[in-house]
Amino acid sequence: MLGLEKKDFRLLLIVIGLTMLAPFLLNPFPEGSEMAQFNAGYPDLMQRFVIFGIFAIGFNILFGLTGYLSFGHAAFLGAGSYGAVWMFKLLSMNVLPAIAISVVIAGLFSLLIGYISLRRSGIYFSILTLAFAQMSFALAYSVLTPITGGETGLQLALDDPRIFGVSQTATGNIPVPALFGLEMRSSFEWEVGAWLFTFNTGYYLAALFMILAFYMSIRIFRSPFGMMLRAIKSNQTRMSYTGLNAKPYTLAAFVISGMYAGLAGGLMASMDPLAGAERMQWTASGEVVLMTILGGAGTLIGPVLGAGMIKYFENIFSKINETILHGWFAFLPDGLENFVVAMIYPFIGKGWHLTLGIVFMLVVIFLPGGLVQGGQKIAALFKRSKPEDAKPNATEPAE
Amino acid sequence: MGLLEVKGINKRFGGLQALGDVNLSVAEGSLHAIIGPNGAGKSTLLNVLVGKLIPDSGSVSFDGQSVLGRKPHEINQMGISRVFQTPEIFSDLSVFENVMIPCFAKRDGAFRMHAIESIFAEKGIQAQADAILDDVNMLEKKDMLASSLSRGDKRRLEMAMCLVQDPKLLLLDEPTAGMARADTENTINLLKDIREKRGITMAIIEHDMNVVFSLAERITVLAQGTPLVEDTPDNIKGHPKVREAYLGEAQV
Repeated sequence: MLGLEKKDFRLLLIVIGLTMLAPFLLNPFPEGSEMAQFNAGYPDLMQRFVIFGIFAIGFNILFGLTGYLSFGHAAFLGAGSYGAVWMFKLLSMNVLPAIAISVVIAGLFSLLIGYISLRRSGIYFSILTLAFAQMSFALAYSVLTPITGGETGLQLALDDPRIFGVSQTATGNIPVPALFGLEMRSSFEWEVGAWLFTFNTGYYLAALFMILAFYMSIRIFRSPFGMMLRAIKSNQTRMSYTGLNAKPYTLAAFVISGMYAGLAGGLMASMDPLAGAERMQWTASGEVVLMTILGGAGTLIGPVLGAGMIKYFENIFSKINETILHGWFAFLPDGLENFVVAMIYPFIGKGWHLTLGIVFMLVVIFLPGGLVQGGQKIAALFKRSKPEDAKPNATEPAE
Repeated sequence: MGLLEVKGINKRFGGLQALGDVNLSVAEGSLHAIIGPNGAGKSTLLNVLVGKLIPDSGSVSFDGQSVLGRKPHEINQMGISRVFQTPEIFSDLSVFENVMIPCFAKRDGAFRMHAIESIFAEKGIQAQADAILDDVNMLEKKDMLASSLSRGDKRRLEMAMCLVQDPKLLLLDEPTAGMARADTENTINLLKDIREKRGITMAIIEHDMNVVFSLAERITVLAQGTPLVEDTPDNIKGHPKVREAYLGEAQV
């Protein structure tokens, strides 16, 4: 189906199902209940899930397949965002040209940085990409202020000279990004009993792009090109003595993943039309590395899971504060309650990084294949009766 | 003129003259062995032939074209394949994928952006890969991960990866180094078999006299970076200069 093997097609269907039903799946708890704070089905977060999913899928094409660890991919995401906002300012509020230009800009930018950085491999490559990304960040933050808006970031204004469309709406507001009149921020809310489900236009557009991105990544993984990339990771000596030039292959992978990052950046700007230099910072580059490794580098679905997990932690775990904790443990005697809260407190709220760090360490030590490997281990437990397909490795390619 | 012509190669590493005025001619269709004691410059010579090292002076031509200054992948595309002392294979890939990759390299050249086509649709390449695995008796292991193969099988796989490209010249760098007796015999038989079936020109660097004398048709003896003699195995065995430089210490 669609040029995919049965197994891959099933995976694609699962991803389509999950993304389309996300407003339900992420809102399992009734509105107003104790557990409602664990609901992730609000537009802003759902958009982030899929956008960072795209970012991680693209990163995985470079890191998961070729093993080249780029520490500067946020630069392409940032460049894409700036490109998109400029399109909103100059051309029109339609998101399609904005997204297209963000992919093109990120592609060209990654071609330049990749061409130089790929002269080295291993840690030197990582450092080169990191240096380039930090340079881009510094430039965007200061020198290039006329283009990037500097510290405040690039925003829309009431006097933007938009070629197609108006500078301001009839009511004197800045127009919002839309897809042929369908506003990105518009949502349809559906109340079912105590539950409230939100269907957001922007989310569904981003989700469609993620499905497309995921489909493309399956095709790349299963193509001769993808096989060459894995060959590069495995043995570069044999690669060159087999008559293959590793450099254009890695560069192509670098540019493709840069374009994925640009797509993510363009979508981010389409959801909320502003772009800031902090999107290019090294912490943002590091985050996508974490997502990919946490989910399972070199696996198809892993990066999406990793992105979802990190964004969930960042947005949900960080919201739990001391008062909520006290509420949970109110049934305990006072002294004990305070003790338990004091023990848990460092791991929640602003301390969510600590929890994430621990989870990350556990995954890297016990599940080097990431969450995907964890899933496979669990699946293997249930399938004990058929031990012949207890293959421990999902990064296992192509067959 | 030979398929491979090496003329007046010099290579110094600092104060060490690794190769001094080396001339070598490998005739098309022959199996040429290069032997010599440790440090004679055999591996240096091989690295020059495959483009890994650039000599200080001299020329290397293959099939009428100069090899010097070309990158290893370009030299491979000219038709020279190399088997390494320790098998260089794609350990993280399956045996089948290991042999598919050289098929793609042969068909599509050093780089092609075939990112959308599916591997599963490449029936021609798959048939080629199946055929070569059948030739080296590894067809039943095609789905195994290459890293899980035995050492002898890794050698076979590497050989298959070279052969599937149908090279004009196959360079072998001590193909039996560190092997058990049985594996060595297997490798000799494999090479003999390849010679009979395909008639590929081979240049082999080897330490093991047993291997050399049971395979080679011509032998060049290197000592301290210069060729001493080049002759047939029978003449080499009795050659006084060779005995002095090399065979005196080995059992023949």
